[in-house]
This record gives sequence, structure tokens and C-alpha cells, in this order.
Amino acid sequence: MAYSDKVIDHYTNPRNVGTLDKSSHKVGTGLVGAPECGDVMRLQIQVDDNNMITDAKFKTFGCGSAIASSSLATEWLKGKSIDDAMKIDNMDIVEELALPPVKIHCSVLAEDAIKAAINDYRVKNGMTAIESEKVHH
Amino acid sequence: MDLPIYLDNNATTPMDPRVLEAMLPYFTTKFGNAASRNHPFGWVAEEAVDYAREQVAKLIGATEKEIIFTSGATESDNLAIKGVFEMYKDKGNHIITTVTEHKAVLDACKHVEKMGGRVTYLPVKEDGLIDLDLLEQSMSSDTILVSVMYGNNEIGVIQPIKEIAAIAHKHGALFMTDAVQAVGKIPVNVITDGIDLLALSAHKIYGPKGVGALYVRRKGPRVKVTAQMDGGGHERGMRSGTLNVPGIVGLGKACELCMQEMESEAKRLSALRDKLQSSLLELEESYVNGNTEHRLPHVANISFKYVEGEGLMMAMKDLAVSSGSACTSASLEPSYVLKSLGLSDDLAHSSIRFGLGRFTTEEEVDYAIEVTKKSVRHLRELSPLWEMFKEGIDLDKIEWAEH
Repeated sequence: MAYSDKVIDHYTNPRNVGTLDKSSHKVGTGLVGAPECGDVMRLQIQVDDNNMITDAKFKTFGCGSAIASSSLATEWLKGKSIDDAMKIDNMDIVEELALPPVKIHCSVLAEDAIKAAINDYRVKNGMTAIESEKVHH
Repeated sequence: MDLPIYLDNNATTPMDPRVLEAMLPYFTTKFGNAASRNHPFGWVAEEAVDYAREQVAKLIGATEKEIIFTSGATESDNLAIKGVFEMYKDKGNHIITTVTEHKAVLDACKHVEKMGGRVTYLPVKEDGLIDLDLLEQSMSSDTILVSVMYGNNEIGVIQPIKEIAAIAHKHGALFMTDAVQAVGKIPVNVITDGIDLLALSAHKIYGPKGVGALYVRRKGPRVKVTAQMDGGGHERGMRSGTLNVPGIVGLGKACELCMQEMESEAKRLSALRDKLQSSLLELEESYVNGNTEHRLPHVANISFKYVEGEGLMMAMKDLAVSSGSACTSASLEPSYVLKSLGLSDDLAHSSIRFGLGRFTTEEEVDYAIEVTKKSVRHLRELSPLWEMFKEGIDLDKIEWAEH
């Protein structure tokens, strides 16, 4: 199975690899997946007083598509409000990276990581977590 | 040095140019059907097949009449297991095999179960070897066949074949071995090992794809298998179908070359493999899978913890290797062989199999070491698990959301 150019690009030059201070109340952290399943994503967002995402970082244990999905997610998160970020759909990632059907779960995981990071930030700052009712593709 | 570098010789091997050379005339000028008894075209083909039969027999210590040519080891495994079951089912219906066998053996056994057979799948110890006491205990009066692979395709461990054969025989059962990975790599002898049926394949020993053989013992005891394909009654009635003469010539030549070069090749390859392995084990949290003492000379299966195998292979794009990671299999399950060693799923996901071969050079191994180390370090920088491990967090205590 060949990877798309965009997956290879994100995999070879991953954007925003790193760690934010998870104890800061301005930082939301989402850790999703499981080592037994072969992928774990940690996505973190730094949010300013206007609920705008000013920085995003990730680290991912997983295949090339999982790494590329999380790298892309951090790019998309920067500059978005947490409300807009909540609307990022896994199928947008699938489309952007041209993921084949067997790799759709990587995009699902990235979406889950985004939502988990936002909810972590929301709860830390006195807001309620938003339950996702969406059925994944 | 040409890139990419091929280190997946357990999957298949490139054909030796000397094998190709031997085969070529049998595609064009010497094209006859080996079953044509009435003209020189047939005689030439038959002569070539007979010669190849001797070459194959010699490599495993058999006689030429005991070699049945097939389309490959999958067919040989099927013919041996289903063929023995059908032939001996009045004597008993029990077969013993192991959980780490190749799918060709496991699935043939599943088929036997559907036909009313009873199959015991022996577990393996954490080094990949079977427990002989457990085998002994599993034998019963209706056991007709014990089938244990010689060398494992994923981790390279070599089972105690002589001891297993002796236990089978003591209880009146036949002993069969899938020796695809071992034949031509280490000395295999059906007489001294006590093997009654043995499957081998050409393309794992620098021969062509699509041809293999099944050794069926003729003396002490005379073993028979029921044919699985109906037709012209070729190969002493055990395997019908016009013989693949060029392929068979290639298999014969490949066996002859192994006979001549195996000993020096094994020495050279185990030295290179050991160099690769010891260099890679310098990486923190890396582990060899399977027994390292009883192991094929050209294989090393290593897990690099906190790094996922498919992601790693993507970084090592100039190396052709394979992984036990789920992402590389159609089933999305990590390797059943590694799991049967008691490896946790995450270590199975982190495994890479390096399979060296006749054409692997030291320069290539040095390059592989460098690329693998660099890639593991790179991916650990990206790995949240590595970071948590470094911070001293016990990953087993985290409640992961399985998906």
C-alpha cells in the first residue's frame, strides 16, 4: 500500500511535535487510543483568554497515517476558537490526507484527541464537557 | 550499494542467477511434458525431473522416490495433513500441532476438524519452543499425526525435531514438519531427524516461486497420503497435474547450491545477524523475540518498545523488512506468533523481523543498523509513550480507552 504525498510530508516533517505544560489551566490535553491497539495520540492546545487556540502540540505512537493525522490536526487547530475546533470532522482529515479505508480509524482518533483536549480545557476552566453524539464514518 | 535493501528473506528470496540459468532451456527448447513417454521431448523433460528429484532428496537425506513435487509449501502442507487424515482415519482421528505454525498448517488442521478430526494446538513457551512433556501428555492412542514446524518464519526458532519425532513414534503416530524456513539454511536429515513427511518450498531457497515438494517416507514405515486433487495420477498417484518442469529444475538446482554452500553461508549470515542484533540492542528498551540459541542463522526479530512497527517501517523506507504490527496485516490483529510467546500486544506491535539472505552484504547490514537506530530514535521523539516512560509513568496503570 502506497502512502499519499501529504501523509509522507507530514510523517517526514511532522508539525508541532512537543509537549505543553499539562498542569497549566490554559492548556487542554487529550490522550486517546491504547498501546495494545497500536496507536496512542496525545494532543495539547494552548488557549488564550478569548478561547482562541494559540498553540497546539502532539506526540503520537502509531503508524504513518496516525502521525500524519495528528500533525495535520495541530496545524488546523492553531488560530481557531475552541468552538470552531470542535467542528473538525474526521472525514476532513481523511480527505486532506487521502487516507485509504483501512486508515480511517487514524482520523477518528485524531478527532477524538481534538475533542478530548478541548473538553479537558473546558472542564479546567469551569465549562461543561461537550458530549459528542456523532456516529463516526 | 543499491537502495532499497532487501532484508525480508523469510518472505521470499531472490532467485540465484545459477538457478535461472538451469531453468531457461526448459521453457523453450526442452519444453516437453515429463509424462510423454513416447518421444524424445518427453524423455528429456522426464530426465530433468528425475535429476531434480535426486538433488532435492540429497539435501534432506531422502531417496528420490520419496519426493513429490507440488506447487509450493502450502500445497505440501495441505496434502500432508489432509492426506494423512484421510488415509489413516480408521486408525485414529487426532492430530497434534502447535499454535505458531504457518497458516497453511493451521488452516489445513481447521479443515480436518470440519471433517470430523480432533486437533490439539500446543502452546509454546515464551522462547517459542514447545514443551516436550506437554506433547507427551497430549499423545493418545488415536493420535495419527504430529505436525511441528522445523524453523519458525517469524522468529526463526528451531524446534527440537528429533525429540518431537521420537515422542510421536513412541505413540505410533507419524511425524510431519513444515521445514520451509529450515531446509537449505541448516542441516535437515529425514533419517536422523525421524521425519515421515516434510514440506519445502523453492522460493525460500533462491529458487522460483510456484514450486515445492513434499517428502513422503517410503520405508520404516511406508507412509501414504490420499491425493487431494483428481487427475492423471502423477507423482505416484499422490499429486496429479502436469509437472512444472522448469520450476522443478530450478528447485533441484537451488537445493544443489544449498547443499554446497549452506555451511559457509550459515556461518557468514549468523555473524552478520549477530552484528545487526547486538548493535540494535544497544538501543534502550529493545528486545529479541524468541529463543536465540536454537535459531535459524539469518533471522532476528526485535521489538523496539514505545515505537509502532508500521510507523517505524515507514521511517526505514530504504529497508525492506516486515513487522508483527497489526497495521501490516489484513486482519488488523498483531502477529499471532508473537502473541503466543506471551508478548503483550504493544510489544507485538513494535516488532521488526530482519531476514538476511545469500545476497546480503556487510555494507547493507551496516546501513540497516544506522537507519534502524536513527528511525527508532526519531519515532521515540514523537512517541507519547516514550515520554511517559522517561518520566517514570507506569503505562500499565493507565486506563486506556480501547477502540
